[in-house]
Parts: sequence; structure tokens; C-alpha cells
Amino acid sequence: MRRVHLFGGALAVAFAFVGASANAQELYGTLKKIRDSGAIVIGHNEDSPPFASFDADGKPKGYSIDICNKIAVAVKAELKMDNLAVKFQAVNGQTRTPLLVNGTVDLVCATTTNTFSRQKQVDFLNTMFVTGNRLLVKKNSGIKEIEDLKGKVVSANQGTTNEKVLNELNQKLNLGIKVLSTKDQPQAWIALESDRTDAHMTDEVVEYGLIAKSKNPDQYAVAGRLLSFDPYAIVIRRDDSAFRSLGNRVLADLYRSGEWEQIYSKWMSTIGQPLSPELKLLMSMQNYPD
Amino acid sequence: MRYNWNWSVLFADPYFGWILSGLGWTILVSLVAWIIGLALGSVIGVMRTLPSPVARAVGATYVEVFRNVPLLVQIFLFYFVLPEVLPREMGRWLKRDLPHPELTMAIISLGLYTACRVAEQVRAGIQSAGKGLANAGLATGLTTAQLYRLILLPLAYRLTVPALTNEFLNVFKNSSLALTIGVLELTARTRAVADYTYQSIEAFTAASLIYATISFLVSFLMRRAETMAQLPGTLAARER
Repeated sequence: MRRVHLFGGALAVAFAFVGASANAQELYGTLKKIRDSGAIVIGHNEDSPPFASFDADGKPKGYSIDICNKIAVAVKAELKMDNLAVKFQAVNGQTRTPLLVNGTVDLVCATTTNTFSRQKQVDFLNTMFVTGNRLLVKKNSGIKEIEDLKGKVVSANQGTTNEKVLNELNQKLNLGIKVLSTKDQPQAWIALESDRTDAHMTDEVVEYGLIAKSKNPDQYAVAGRLLSFDPYAIVIRRDDSAFRSLGNRVLADLYRSGEWEQIYSKWMSTIGQPLSPELKLLMSMQNYPD
Repeated sequence: MRYNWNWSVLFADPYFGWILSGLGWTILVSLVAWIIGLALGSVIGVMRTLPSPVARAVGATYVEVFRNVPLLVQIFLFYFVLPEVLPREMGRWLKRDLPHPELTMAIISLGLYTACRVAEQVRAGIQSAGKGLANAGLATGLTTAQLYRLILLPLAYRLTVPALTNEFLNVFKNSSLALTIGVLELTARTRAVADYTYQSIEAFTAASLIYATISFLVSFLMRRAETMAQLPGTLAARER
């Protein structure tokens, strides 16, 4: 009995291998799903300019959206489906993981920091942007570095990597900062504007964006050194190397051809953030050969 | 669906601690707000049934104002707008020197909102106690204060225990709105766990179970209270 089982098991394994190698060229995962459904669904933030927000006609626009559109074009070519539909689905911090995992959206274009904790649940394409925590302050506050915030009130948005960094630095540098956990950027802005807080901690690029759209941009400043390293990446489902490699090839092409710099200046000029040599180098390092 | 289930994340450090402390803040905000709501609500409810037209108008205005503005908006107004319309020094005190400004303001606005709902229930209770009893009380020489203290209010509370139970449960659920001004209560902490780990289904399941447990516990206790408070001869008592 036992031997029969073993034999059967071995046969099954052998067939599985044969089957797998025969199917190696077949589509699987996200690409298969896109071909079968005839549509690629791009999940995106609604309120994260210049990365992902809406234009006047209510269409998604931004740096992340541009890159995802490039990926959609590449998917179209890969699947040879000229009439592939590109759909958009708005997501937020609460919905993006479930909607990605259950197949409602195929990739998430937002301002997501690639972290190892999150990699247990989702996968990330190569880095599409690098930023980090800095301080958003009022110019006349005299605050230059985080050390100047001893005993003051600083906000960071709930559940973000920014909040984590703020709490860690507060302990490590023994600053006695009172942390206000704001719900989102608009609330953090009101708190800073109305002198409820002395500084807001978030990603540098977000701070430039907040200042750019404020009523009195000249009263606010991005201050201090970079306090963390936040690589933004497009989020995809785990264990899907075919789709990941397709996405990464699109990114590498953008960095190699210089098209990335056009996308960068198209969106970052709207908030007045120049392209630093460091960022340019970081991006060019992902220019993997075809 | 290829979700990578990981229930152990809920018990991992520091997430377990976050959820526990979130639960603590939820209970604190809810209980204190309920005390404010019950006390102030009783006063307003009584005012709405008093003979004095001024008292009735004040009571009615309070209820209409607080009932018609969404709680989310009220919390926002209390926290962000009130300090700006007050004199400068007072506003600054509210923003900076008040201990735990976001917690205090969340409790106050949730308490004031709950009060308007409790007031309506107390009023309904007093009115359903009937004009006959009130007149009889006055005829025996009781003052209005005595009438309320000895006859109308004890009856009203006993009649409205089920409705008040409902309000008490609502306070717990409404307390989750405190996260909008930065109180790290249960929902806020759950969202943080979901965002840090992307194990959002586990985190929100845990929060749902905790809220449900609180509700069951409160319902159970209040049902005991209901039985004890039952008025002989009423419909509720006959059902048993």
C-alpha cells in the first residue's frame, strides 16, 4: 500500500514538472488575468498631487499615473491586444491592499514607500521616486533642524512611515516632542497654519506640494536635513515575477531614454522641486540592461 | 484571491500594544462622553417639558442645533474653528495649554452631541409618564422640582432604559470619529496597523470583534438593568 502511494506521488511530481515546463511560456498571474478580462485596472490615489490626483475633467493625472500608463502600453504590446481597456479605480490607505489582493486592481499608483513589512503582503516594482522626511515649518519660527523642536508640538499623519520616523527620533534624541497624529495632509496644514503645531513631518516632496498650493507660500519652508529614506514604488501582487519584470523593464527604459526626466520636470515643476543630482543618480542606477 | 493571511501580526510587538492602547482611549472617550451626555441630556430633556416657555425654547434650540449638524462636522468645528473665533489668548490656550487638546475636545463634542439625543429620550419618557401623574403630583402639593425628582424622572428613566442602552452603544461607535482630530483610539490604531503591515483584513477584523464584544457586554448588562427597572403593569413587563 505504502509503496503504491510513494510511486503514485513520484508520478504526480514528475507530471507536475513536465506540466510546469510545458506551461513555462504560458501566461500566469496578472498578465493572464488582464488578457482574460480584456482590461488592466490601475488603482490610484485621489489626493496626492503631483503623483496622483484628478485633472479638471475628473481624469486621474500625475507622475505615478504617467508611469502606470506607460506600463499599460507595454502590457498592451506584450499581450498583442490593441483594444485592451485601461480602467482606473480610486483607492485609499484602507482599500488598496484588499483591492489589489482580491484582483479588483492590478497595480497601485500612489506615493507608497517600499518597506519590508509591507512586502510580506504585496510586491513592489523598482523605485520610481525617492524622497524622505523633512520638516514643514513657518519661516518665522526659526526652526532649522529637528533638534530645535525640543518640547514643541509636531504633527505627522496617522499610520504613515512619517509618524514612525518622528516617534523614533523623538525617543532617540530625547526631544520631548508632543506628537499630534493628524488624519491627512489638509488637517495637518490647518494645524500648522493655526499655530496648533510648530512643524509637520512628512515626505519632502509632499511638503513642496503643500506649500505650492497654500494661500501664502512665502510664509512656509521645508527645513532641516533628510531624516529618512523613502523609496516610492508601484505596488503589485506578490509572486508574479512576469508582471514585475515587465513593469521594471518599463521603468528601466524610462531612466535609460531620459524620458523619466521629462516626466519628472513635467510634474515636479508644478511644485517647484528641482531635480537633485543625487536623485538623478539613484534613478539612473536602476537602468538595468534589456 | 491570494491574500497572505497572518493573524499573528495582531499579537506582534508593537501592534498588539497599539490595539490595546487604542481600546483604552476608546473606552475613556466613550465613558466620559456618556457621563456628560447623560447629565446634560437629562437637564435639556427636563427643560423641554417645563412649564416655562423660555426653558422650553432653550432646550428645543439646543436639540435642533446639535441634532442637525453631523457629528464629524461638530468635532471639526470644536477643534479647529472654535479656537479661532474666541479671543486670541483663549484660543491659544485651547490650542496649546489645554491638557491633551484633541482628547478633551473629542470628549466634549461627543458628549454634547450625545446630550441632544439623550434629551429627546428623557423628554419622551417624561411625556409618556403622562399628564395625569404630573397633575396629581401638583395637586398633592408637590413643587415642580419635587414633582420631577420624586415622580416624573424616576418613571422616565425606567421607561427609557432600552433607548438609553442604544445611545450608550452609539457613543462607543461614534467615538471612532475622534480619530479625525488625532485621538489614537481603536479605529485610528487599527488603521495604523493596516498601513504599516498591509495586513488590513486582520486588523479590521480584530477591531470589528472588539467593538462587537463591547456591544454584547453592554447589551447584556443593560438587559439585566432593564429587567430590574421594569415597571409592573407595563407592556414590557407583561412580555416576560
